Amino acid sequence: MTVAEKSDFLWKVLCPGAGWLLRAHAGRVTTQQVEQDIGILVGPGQTQADALKRAHRFALPVTQIEAYRIVHLRGTLGVQEIETLAETLLVDPIGQWWRVCRGNTRDPVQEPELESGRIVIETGLRPGVTDREGVEFVRASRQMGLKVEFATVATRWQIQGDLTEDQVHELANRVLHNEVVERWATGALAPAFADQAARPEPTLVLDIGGLDPDGLSELNQARRLGLDAAELVVIRDHFKGLGRNPTDAELETLAQTWSEHCAHKTFGAHITVQSKEGEEIGAVDSMMGTFLRAATDTVAAPWVQSAFVDNAGILSFEDGWEVAIKAETHNHPSALEPFGGSNTGVGGVVRDILGVSAKPIAITDILCFGDENLSPHELPPGVLNPSRVREGVIAGVGDYGNKIGVPTIAGAVLHDPSYTTTPLVFAGCLGLLPSGSNPTKAQPGDSIVVFGGAVGRDGVGGATFSSQTMGAETAEVAGSSVQIGDPIVEKGLIDVMVAAREAKLYTAVTDCGAGGLSSAVGEMAEELGAEVELGLVPRKYPGLAPWEVWLSEAQERMVVAAPDPEPLLALAQRWGVGAAVIGTFTGNGRLVVRDGEDVVIDLDCRFLHDGRPQRQMMAIAPDTSRPERSPLREDWTEVLLRLLAHPSIRSNEDIVRTFDHEILGGTLVRPYGGPKGQGAADGTVIVPPGTSGTRGVAIGIGVNCVLGRYNPNAMAWSVVDEAVRNVVIAGADPAELSLLDNFSWGDPTDQQTLGGLVEAVRGCHDAAVAFGAPFVSGKDSLYNVFVHPDGSPDPVAPTLVITAMGIVKNLGVVPLTGVVEPGNDVWLIGPLVGSLGGSHLDAVLGRDYGGQVPGVDPDTVRRHHQVAQAIATGLIRSAHDLSEGGLAVAAAEWALAGDLGLALEVPGSAEVLFGEGPGRYLLEVVPEDSLKLQALIPEAQNLGVVHGDPLVALGDLVVELGEIDHAWRGHHQAGGKA
Amino acid sequence: MKPRVLIPLALGTNRDADLGTAFELAGADPILVPLSELRAGKTRMNDFEILAIPGGFSYGDALGAGRLFGLDLMGWFGDQLHEAVAAGKPIIGICNGFQALVRAGLLPGPGHRAVLGSNRSSRFECRWVTLEPGSGPPKDQVPGRCLWTESLRGPLRCPVAHGEGRFVSDDLDALVQTGQIALRYVRVGTSTGGIIEEIPPGPDSYPHNPNGSVGNVAGVCDSTGQVLGLMPHPENHVFARQDPQRGRSSGGSCLPLFEAGVVAVGGKARMKIM
Repeated sequence: MTVAEKSDFLWKVLCPGAGWLLRAHAGRVTTQQVEQDIGILVGPGQTQADALKRAHRFALPVTQIEAYRIVHLRGTLGVQEIETLAETLLVDPIGQWWRVCRGNTRDPVQEPELESGRIVIETGLRPGVTDREGVEFVRASRQMGLKVEFATVATRWQIQGDLTEDQVHELANRVLHNEVVERWATGALAPAFADQAARPEPTLVLDIGGLDPDGLSELNQARRLGLDAAELVVIRDHFKGLGRNPTDAELETLAQTWSEHCAHKTFGAHITVQSKEGEEIGAVDSMMGTFLRAATDTVAAPWVQSAFVDNAGILSFEDGWEVAIKAETHNHPSALEPFGGSNTGVGGVVRDILGVSAKPIAITDILCFGDENLSPHELPPGVLNPSRVREGVIAGVGDYGNKIGVPTIAGAVLHDPSYTTTPLVFAGCLGLLPSGSNPTKAQPGDSIVVFGGAVGRDGVGGATFSSQTMGAETAEVAGSSVQIGDPIVEKGLIDVMVAAREAKLYTAVTDCGAGGLSSAVGEMAEELGAEVELGLVPRKYPGLAPWEVWLSEAQERMVVAAPDPEPLLALAQRWGVGAAVIGTFTGNGRLVVRDGEDVVIDLDCRFLHDGRPQRQMMAIAPDTSRPERSPLREDWTEVLLRLLAHPSIRSNEDIVRTFDHEILGGTLVRPYGGPKGQGAADGTVIVPPGTSGTRGVAIGIGVNCVLGRYNPNAMAWSVVDEAVRNVVIAGADPAELSLLDNFSWGDPTDQQTLGGLVEAVRGCHDAAVAFGAPFVSGKDSLYNVFVHPDGSPDPVAPTLVITAMGIVKNLGVVPLTGVVEPGNDVWLIGPLVGSLGGSHLDAVLGRDYGGQVPGVDPDTVRRHHQVAQAIATGLIRSAHDLSEGGLAVAAAEWALAGDLGLALEVPGSAEVLFGEGPGRYLLEVVPEDSLKLQALIPEAQNLGVVHGDPLVALGDLVVELGEIDHAWRGHHQAGGKA
Repeated sequence: MKPRVLIPLALGTNRDADLGTAFELAGADPILVPLSELRAGKTRMNDFEILAIPGGFSYGDALGAGRLFGLDLMGWFGDQLHEAVAAGKPIIGICNGFQALVRAGLLPGPGHRAVLGSNRSSRFECRWVTLEPGSGPPKDQVPGRCLWTESLRGPLRCPVAHGEGRFVSDDLDALVQTGQIALRYVRVGTSTGGIIEEIPPGPDSYPHNPNGSVGNVAGVCDSTGQVLGLMPHPENHVFARQDPQRGRSSGGSCLPLFEAGVVAVGGKARMKIM
């Protein structure tokens, strides 16, 4: 079939519902301009290899999937104008064609006539979901002088295969669309425009005065408030005391402000700790205060400008400059809508940085995915296929970071079976601000100005949703909590906020994240009080209930307090960002929200912020005893290759290269380096643009998801140590480090889960104090539990992410990624023998062989300082830390990164080759400098040399670089040679 | 007086600051102006000596990378652009700026059809590449030598960061004939001690040619030699420390590219700091 014939064929097959327009287009009829809904189809279809692969995982008999773009639009258009629109806005001049494929939807839309074995499915965004393409289509067509009212983009999937009706549904639901944000139909999907989302609802007064605890609990569940029984009683009694009932908006505001997500009530709880025999062995009055803040107070680091109290930690960087740092989790949304979840996760943490008046300069991401080899039919209902989660999450991170123009410079990918039902997404951001330039004191009389996008029903109730466990129906009931970001709006916000800070136009700032205006204005008004008029809040469409406007988590918004809003509004206009004055900070200590004449909220700020009773919790201390380990004999070469191919160890270069890590021009140590750019760096370094250019910020990530099951306290030490090693290798001074903590844990009302968490937080405290590295910010994500339809809980592996940030004071001595030169000496710092309990060796061998997990080792602190000193003296050509998989994996990665060989003399025991533990490094030193290194670090052990042959030898274990490369790219299959 | 460089900003432009830094180092005075202000007539393109269209995701890449930026350029500033070309002013478009200039029809120029399509990998990719300046038009054809690249000695190294950069043209031979292929992807040989080599066709061309462009085309010039568009980001290799090889190798700075534009309008390139 020729191209022309094929187009004609498609035209007939795909577009039978638009006969009159087709004729018009063919020139036989000239229609006048009429208001109409039409669809324009753009071809040729693009082959969808990924979708086909996914369909095959579900054993669907599909042989080809092609995707065509469709633009649905409503407007008053003539044939000539439609042609102009299509030619100007939709097709490329080479290789693309277009057809009108849909008539007026007021006429019945016919199902396309299908040839045998050809199926058409159309998918499109739900009305109200961020639709940048639709918005831009309307803007551009108006710019061209054409009358388009609405436009939205859809996809037509053309499928070849012999599918039953059930299989078509499965294909649509599991492979082609996500019901949380999209709609679908076989054949033609009727367009739905944003205005059709309207559904007005008045403010309700909820009669709770007479409810007993059971009644309160029912209300709590029905509205998904996520409040504790004690909190519900306090709220009921508060309103009883006022002699009235709360409005829905007041109750939702309290639920949001008191949510785990916003109030961190587990971290602030009073916890009684028992032994597993039930004996009380201790109590913790606030893990936050007792452990995290206490560590920071004990270290009393002079470089900390702000810790814990603001949206991000703020630290001294160099004369005149400070850096801000923060990391967040976005787990629950990413499980339901992976792209939107990770996308808005990045957006949120970037706004945290804007929320301390800093300019975002780098992004980090730690992604935890489940078992991709699981048969789809083993997936519990409501759980997305892990490969789809992986694709979506990665695409979401890249889409946001790349588009806002901030480099994504550090991260990690972990795999664990528990992440199948509860995938985790951690996103971090680094910012830069002139010293002392973050104002934090709003004044009575200041205007409340909100910047950014308009409000819709998307993202209502996210704060409370992410503070509860998930199950098969979560997507249905909490779907509207999840959204897709609009990074282009955020890019504008960055420009506006930086310009506003430079011009000193505001007295306080915060981001509009979880809880929307309720959280942002509520927090800023904590001491002053505020009055807000909801009618002034920009909306995407009419019909929103007042509480929805107040709590909508519509993304890409910032709130400031401004003595004079006019210059801010002018700035917003310059950068094309929305802005509105929505109220005033009053000074009377009341939060009053009006919707026209109606008072929707009238709350005492003290009750809102301090009225919550401290949570009382019980925990059972974890049992950390371990069975003895029996010796193992295996083919260590084969084991090494399997370790290299382990999904938590193997190369992530294919992911990292989809993220822009070069923009802003400040990246010094990239996530992947070496002569071929294929070697993973340990820590990464950025030279903040606009500063002196002589110093850098090093970022290191430590994370583990195995040790927490055996010994959460030791896990914390290991993870802090790993983060510290990574920044030391990147050239940072270990005497001046700062840390972020991010916990993703299960249900804290489960006493054993909580007991583990207490030990992990205690471990963080101890490590931070030992390392002299304060925590400056953090975030906990709890209730990462999937509840199966039979009620059985499936908790996430306890996962701790530590981000270490350090200052690189001499950019010239930073070691290179990968070994550099044949003939150089290789030195090991730290013990030759590691621990095998909870090791990756056991992970690839498929069972726990017992043995102690890597323990707390205070001596590592000294080693970090020694290595840093050797680097500062310029002795170290390259370095790599011993981490997952121990010495053998480290040597293989290091050699591959440098595209050179290594000859190391070591005993061939499992403990030496694969043992893991803190504070261990491999260093490359030119032979003439080896004596100097020994003088600096007397315990350093010479293991061998770098050589030019593409072989890595560890005693008797010899592997070719090519085999390492193959395995490390994830291609090695267990049992067979590469 | 330093030559003034206009860097216009669309919604979603994001490599404007990097481009400004590069021109500043090259001895020019870069000025960043949102399109809305240009449109309001507060500033006109004619007030500047050089026009530089920066990279980014204008309008979120909606409806195809660079399409709406290109529409803005032609719809609002078509006359000013043609005036600038007629006045002999240098114009450069990088990445999204290149995409916009192609969509606007300024590149490769009248009589040619070209598209920057999705990368062959169908993914956004960020990696360093090596670029060889084209040999230019035949010796007797003096007008039409690309003022940005003709003085370059040796290859440039810099990153790419794009998802839609595969150059496709239905008359590549004609562009080669007229010397409009200003920059091509090449590779640094492994066996021959770092010598620049042509990229062999077939699967080995990736990742040296990161997007699958025909003829390994990384950048094209218009027939006047004034308008250059390229997908890679020379503005991200103007300081020595930006070289990811740091201690292993050096060279390939892209500063001379910007200096060539500055010199072409009578400016003085700043002292080399590399």
